[in-house]
Amino acid sequence: MAENKHKLLEVKGLTMDFGGLRAVDSVSLDVHEGEIAALIGPNGAGKTTFFNCVTGIYNPTRGDILLHPKEQKTRRLNGLKPNKVTEMGLARTFQNIRLFQGMTVLENVMIGRHCRTKAGIFHAILRGKTFREEEQQIVESSYQLLEKVGLGDSANEFAKNLPYGAQRRLEIARAMATDPLLLLLDEPAAGMNPQETSALDQLIVKISTEEKIAILLIEHDMKLVMNISDPVYVMEYGKKIAEGSPQQIKDNPKVIEAYLGEEADA
Amino acid sequence: MWQEFKQSIVVSIWFVFLTFPLMVVRVNTMEDLVEWRWMNIAWVAIASFLLSYLWRYMLARKQVRKKVEEEGGDTRSKLQIMLENESLRFKAMGVLLVAALVYPQIFDTYQTTIMISALIYVVLGLGLNINVGLAGMLDLGYVAFFGIGAYTFGILNHHFDVGFWMMLPVGGMVGCLFGVILGFPILRLRGDYLAIVTLGFGMILKVVLENWGSLTFGPSGIANIDKPGLFGLDLSLANHTIYIYYIMIALVVFTIIVTNRLKNSRVGRAWMALREDEVACIAMGIDMARTKLSAYALGAFWAGMIGVVFASKTTFINPASFTFMESAIILSIVVLGGMGSILGVILGAFILILLPEYMRAFSEYRMLIFGASMTLMMIFRPQGLISGLRQTYLYKGAKEEIDNG
Ligand SMILES: Nc1ncnc2c1ncn2[C@@H]1O[C@H](COP(=O)(O)OP(=O)(O)O)[C@@H](O)[C@H]1O
Ligand SMILES: [Mg+2]
Repeated sequence: MAENKHKLLEVKGLTMDFGGLRAVDSVSLDVHEGEIAALIGPNGAGKTTFFNCVTGIYNPTRGDILLHPKEQKTRRLNGLKPNKVTEMGLARTFQNIRLFQGMTVLENVMIGRHCRTKAGIFHAILRGKTFREEEQQIVESSYQLLEKVGLGDSANEFAKNLPYGAQRRLEIARAMATDPLLLLLDEPAAGMNPQETSALDQLIVKISTEEKIAILLIEHDMKLVMNISDPVYVMEYGKKIAEGSPQQIKDNPKVIEAYLGEEADA
Repeated sequence: MWQEFKQSIVVSIWFVFLTFPLMVVRVNTMEDLVEWRWMNIAWVAIASFLLSYLWRYMLARKQVRKKVEEEGGDTRSKLQIMLENESLRFKAMGVLLVAALVYPQIFDTYQTTIMISALIYVVLGLGLNINVGLAGMLDLGYVAFFGIGAYTFGILNHHFDVGFWMMLPVGGMVGCLFGVILGFPILRLRGDYLAIVTLGFGMILKVVLENWGSLTFGPSGIANIDKPGLFGLDLSLANHTIYIYYIMIALVVFTIIVTNRLKNSRVGRAWMALREDEVACIAMGIDMARTKLSAYALGAFWAGMIGVVFASKTTFINPASFTFMESAIILSIVVLGGMGSILGVILGAFILILLPEYMRAFSEYRMLIFGASMTLMMIFRPQGLISGLRQTYLYKGAKEEIDNG
């Protein structure tokens, strides 16, 4: 976490109440350019709710979500609709896979290009030159993304027919198609076997280094993130209980307790 | 198979047993005789066996298909595979078009009239297909836009003598406009709620048409609406029918081209994404309000436009033509044909509109057959006759693939 790095996402005192339940309790968190930050914590800690607030699915009760795109003015994301947030440069995947099951793999990624392209109804009907060029460009760039996540061969399959691990990678490709500054991944390794998980780790590192996309990663399992992410934020019962380098987190007594407590419960 | 055979035998024996007193024994009170009609029992046995066997066979087939699909196998029927072959599809369409063009030369005015109403429903089905099949918005009040189009033409024609050709696009626009207006309140609704509210729209329209006498002439409707003009020529009834038939063919072709282009575009993909998963759709940067409104308004466009043709064809409209039954039939066309599939919808329209016409003998049982076949369809083939074709795209890496296969 070098100090000279550009701060991309800044979340200050984010709080989310569901009726009487405070699912997220004044959590602050920064993601810098080029980082793979991780948000970990036991089940029900409020990690997904945090994501939903940042990406506009929920409107947070309190707090500020600020995006600082490089060389542009800062934008406050609170209260924006999810599609606006995506346009600003935040893209996400879902913990419980939410692909467009009845569409092909390629079409799923093409949907991601939607907010970066323009063709409207009349273009679609008239099929002029600009329309055809844009359409072809959507296809090509989507296909390249599929190759990047290793799904080039399945481009014309229905998304629902993909194996589980591939569906998770497709979600990542779809999110990347929106040209994000920051990619938010919600438990991307959930349900994967060890080989798939290590391939996924490599993919995430590749996205970070080659595509220059900052990443905020939710993981339930602490061990997985330790290799690839820095810094690590830990949540429990809606509160942020620790932050720091993987080593600092490993040695933090509060974190150990949170995870031990969970194991004792299970 | 053997299993099903055995079960069907059991069912048939059971039915024989159940219906025995009714079908076999008849007491003739006049002569104090008991008649034993043994032949009847054989019919019951055979019929119940066949029905039960067919039922089980279809269910088993569906099960197999589901299993193959779960294992990632290919479940497309031969027809489906043929249809996905583009050049074959074009050839088939060419043949159909030629057949459609010579149709009124071969058949008489009566047949042509029936065909016109089938074509009207093709366009209505294709329009509703945008809402229901592509964008996944269940609309039970689609007939409202049909009625609005027809009445717009009827009223303007009655008072201001505005002609058919002028009104054809205007009817579409007015439908579209009402689509946007009615679309706003339903933006937040989905599923059953959406269905109920749109059902309400259809009902409201009918009530308005019946009661706003000064504008719509109430239940007595508007008569003497102009037929489409052809350079001021005076056409005989037969020729006029043929003329309208050709207009309809042109409109159907137009509708197919436009809806197909919409479907395979950025807008159409957004509709489908909305149908598949609303949350994921907005999280991918798609503006839900705009996408829903555009689908609703474009669906309404076709209904409004074809309402003008309808009014012009019948030269008389009244509120009775725009009941919930119409909405239900149009929706059935989409569901039976296959949601999201243009070819399926065309097929569905022909089946649902033409079959009842040619089976007048059964007209009393029309609704019964209708309901039963829809129910059976939902049990055995919920995706419709032809499910939406998978769209494949050409990209650099795929060129060789296509050349090889
Ligand atoms: N829409 C909601 N309404 C009410 N409670 C919710 C909602 N979403 C999440 N919660 C609650 O918020 C808490 C945090 O959940 P979540 O963010 O999914 O945890 P995590 O992703 O860390 O496992 C849980 O107690 C959950 O029941
Ligand atoms: Mg979660």
